[in-house]
Amino acid sequence: MANLKETILNPILKGNPITVLVLGICSSLAVTVELKGACVMALSVIAVTGLSSLVVSLLRNTIPNRVRIIIQLVVVAMMVILVDQVLKAFAYSIDKQLSVYIGLIITNCIVMGRIEAFALGNKPIPSLLDGLANGVGYGIILIIVAFFRELFGSGTLFGFPVLKAIGYTNNGLMILPPMALIILGCIVWAQRSIQKDLQEK
Amino acid sequence: MNTNGNIYTIVYSTIIVCVVAAILAFAASSLKPLQQANEKAETISQILSAAKLDVPSGNDAIINSYKEQIAEAYTVSLDGEKNGELSTADASVCTTSGLKAQNYKIAEGQGAALPVYVFKNGVRVVPIYGAGLWGPVWGYVAVNPDGTICGATFDHASETPGLGGKIKDEPSFRAQLEGKIFDFSDVKPIQIVKGGAPEGKANAIDAISGATMTSQGLEDAINVWIKAYKPVFDAAPACGECTESESSEN
Repeated sequence: MANLKETILNPILKGNPITVLVLGICSSLAVTVELKGACVMALSVIAVTGLSSLVVSLLRNTIPNRVRIIIQLVVVAMMVILVDQVLKAFAYSIDKQLSVYIGLIITNCIVMGRIEAFALGNKPIPSLLDGLANGVGYGIILIIVAFFRELFGSGTLFGFPVLKAIGYTNNGLMILPPMALIILGCIVWAQRSIQKDLQEK
Repeated sequence: MNTNGNIYTIVYSTIIVCVVAAILAFAASSLKPLQQANEKAETISQILSAAKLDVPSGNDAIINSYKEQIAEAYTVSLDGEKNGELSTADASVCTTSGLKAQNYKIAEGQGAALPVYVFKNGVRVVPIYGAGLWGPVWGYVAVNPDGTICGATFDHASETPGLGGKIKDEPSFRAQLEGKIFDFSDVKPIQIVKGGAPEGKANAIDAISGATMTSQGLEDAINVWIKAYKPVFDAAPACGECTESESSEN
């Protein structure tokens, strides 16, 4: 059981896909302007990483080694298209806002990385948990970044005006992608100051 | 079992691809009605907001609001002759994919069926469609009975957020069009001018800083479509009357 707990907690803290493995940076810069979009993106990635890890893990003993990458890609692509279709049907405006980035989950290194590193060699349940936990690790960072960008860039949280009352002038730089990178850098800095064993010698 | 043999690999790949294709086809066809309803409500909400009418939230509310306020909707050929009806009872509209098809027809110079939406207050709404920087841009322009522009909405598929995306997100950009007129004596009936529109020009607005290509694309889209609609705007300046006769028939 300790092993299972490690599987779940490691991707969220010590092995966080964004701040430690530095995977999936592109989309975390792009979809963090608003909290709502970031939350939907986080849920989408959690669904894709979890389910594709599960499916690949179920198939792991049958997949021919020479074409395994392409089989994984087919599974991931199917999950992403399904997520996109469901969002188009039930959350149309958010799907429009996230536009191409839902489709680009396919290219998110976290998904393929976890399948290749974990799901191919482990049983379905741990693989599902590993996929979900990596999605959660990605999502948490996304939401933290989006929180600061929406708060200081638009003065709102989930669209509700928060800072307007105290006469705050919106900082346009926060809306632009470079600021997401700087916030991300601050998060990495904070995490490494707390977890000292992450620091390189 | 040897999972590395050629035959096994080929058969396995084929089966996986077929299964995945079947799942996706099933998902796409079963979710399609919901997606089309969303797309339709989105189109109608853009038409309503171009005409400065209230846009309620929720798909059904949007469609009901449209049904209440629409007088007639029809399509016209490039000569300005009516060549089709869009049922107002079903709230049928020409969605973005329909506009794309019509954009080719305008370029060909024949066979177009361009939608016109006439509201009970005499405001006519026409769509525009064209190429932005990264993908299509489209929108709706509402024209008052006296020929001045009542309002406009624009949308885009993949313009840069914060730059070209402002055609959609920046209300002050599209608000510039309000009160402007189409000047058909000009090469471009509407001009979007980089560096700022000259003071007092009735058919020019400021472009968006940092989004020159999107501004130009939008300008071309507006002009191509507005020129295609020229016969409509020329022929029926007194649209207050045509809506009155229409409403008396009802």
